Amino acid sequence: MSFIIRGRVWKYGDNINTDIISPGQYMSYPVEKQAEHAMEAIDAEFAKKVQPGDLIVAGNNFGSGSSRETAQMVLKYHQIGAIVANSFARIFYRNSINVGLPVVEMLDTSVIDEGDEIEINLFEGKIINHTKGEEYNGTKLPEHLIEMVKVGGLEPYLAKKLGIS
Amino acid sequence: MGMTMSEKILAKASGNASVKAGEIVWVKVDIALMHDLLGPWLVDGGFRRLGGKLFDSEKVVVVSDHCTPPATVQQADILKFTRDWARNHDLPYYYEFEGPCHQVIVEHGHVRPGRLILGTDSHTCMAGGLGAFATGIGSTEMIGVLLTGETWLKVPETIKVVWDGKLPEGVYAKDIVLNTIKELGHAGATYQTIEFSGSAIKELSMDERLVLSNMAVEAGAKTGLIEPDETVVEYLRSKGVTDDIELFASDEDAVYSRLLHFDASKLEPQVACPHEVDNVHPVSVVEGKSVDQVYLGSCTNGRINDLRIAAEILKGRKIAKNVRCLVVPASQHVWMQANKEGILTILAEAGCIVNMPSCGACGGFTSGVIGAGEVVMSSSNRNFRGRMGSSEGEVYLASPATVVATAIEGKIADPRKYLKREVMH
Repeated sequence: MSFIIRGRVWKYGDNINTDIISPGQYMSYPVEKQAEHAMEAIDAEFAKKVQPGDLIVAGNNFGSGSSRETAQMVLKYHQIGAIVANSFARIFYRNSINVGLPVVEMLDTSVIDEGDEIEINLFEGKIINHTKGEEYNGTKLPEHLIEMVKVGGLEPYLAKKLGIS
Repeated sequence: MGMTMSEKILAKASGNASVKAGEIVWVKVDIALMHDLLGPWLVDGGFRRLGGKLFDSEKVVVVSDHCTPPATVQQADILKFTRDWARNHDLPYYYEFEGPCHQVIVEHGHVRPGRLILGTDSHTCMAGGLGAFATGIGSTEMIGVLLTGETWLKVPETIKVVWDGKLPEGVYAKDIVLNTIKELGHAGATYQTIEFSGSAIKELSMDERLVLSNMAVEAGAKTGLIEPDETVVEYLRSKGVTDDIELFASDEDAVYSRLLHFDASKLEPQVACPHEVDNVHPVSVVEGKSVDQVYLGSCTNGRINDLRIAAEILKGRKIAKNVRCLVVPASQHVWMQANKEGILTILAEAGCIVNMPSCGACGGFTSGVIGAGEVVMSSSNRNFRGRMGSSEGEVYLASPATVVATAIEGKIADPRKYLKREVMH
């Protein structure tokens, strides 16, 4: 995982829950099929137009609801670089770190607009908005998770811990 | 300084004499729970890459419930994978076609006061109704748990939610929890434990307590806990548990992040409106709204107590012509008990369709999903856009009584007018 992430913003509001990100009715299908329906309940264009490296910026309580990691799977399938939100639901936040999908909390994401080009420094918690020429403070990664993020998520972290190459 | 119930359980699980909210601790897991949709078929690759050896097969419980009975070939494939995986790993505890995993692990005695239970489903918190610390994790995290039996947890702060007083007739645990979520907001308890207490909670049966803990996650909580007491002991004994059961409580000087006080005697039937669980109003506000489908069931409200209430209201009555009412008992045990008591016949005679126990249409998986423009009144736990099928549909949530009163009228209805006698709960 890179610690500096730069990309174009897809902007959403509050409570983007896991049923929106990964609708239950498609969860038994292969990930590429699930990914076609990501976000479709609120944005039919997302799955068609999202580009590798794009970022999602949202309001409060991103990822609320289910523990389904298919939510991370479809966002990773679309190669979303990172998610910035005012706040995250607990299980979603944890799952994202475990699978190496960067998540950053920022007090007020309303200053960022759809289409802005932003750059995130994960370890410093800094966010630069290149479109607007502004800089914001996000939260730094919790210290006990830095090692896990550095190696790319829980699976490689465990491999190292268990001495499996 | 005293400890909360959460702190006590996590102290024990981490091998410490005491822990405090905010600390990060490594904990040993008592039960690792997986279901078919977020279990073996997702964890198997990583699990095998990391050695593929279970830390303790006695502590791994797998329940196939989301894809049962399979409605598609994909679901059938997942179900087969799950069944084969359980067999290949010699799991002593594999269940299928028995009902939603949260109810199954309670009925089969896997849930005990003081245990630490992690499951690949957000409603794993239901086990907190018996005083276990139980929370949802993702499939990747489960790989680590399966291999090592451990993971890290941040000790949560606790919000104490006190409900005192006697619930009026026609008002139930579901109304308590919906009203609590309304007050807290759908992210109001994020990262925290909700501890339900007070005289109204103490009065609740095991079936009703599980409604509260089940829905704690709908306020964002890590888990929902209720102090275990004789009700829990009696319940576990009735399920054949003979081991010692250790009861415990939060210390009197335990520190809470927040204290909320409610008067149960003033509560009215509540309804959560689309598309968030905290969009809650008294039933009078939404009375008369037409519905297409009624769903009585799920791990939230498909237990025998719920079906008895439904039968009490529906006995000798008919559901409205323009509505279909699906009943999904929370487990095979519940189905059999309801059958023995004649409840299934009463429901069928009223015009309900009784399905087999499973997660069914609650999560939009099988047996009764809704189409565009359709409206459901459901006793389940989540009403997000697209949750029960089409993203153009609408889901309302309420107690079993409100749900079946709605079935009678074909419109959202107040159940109290249908309750002539005192209902046991």
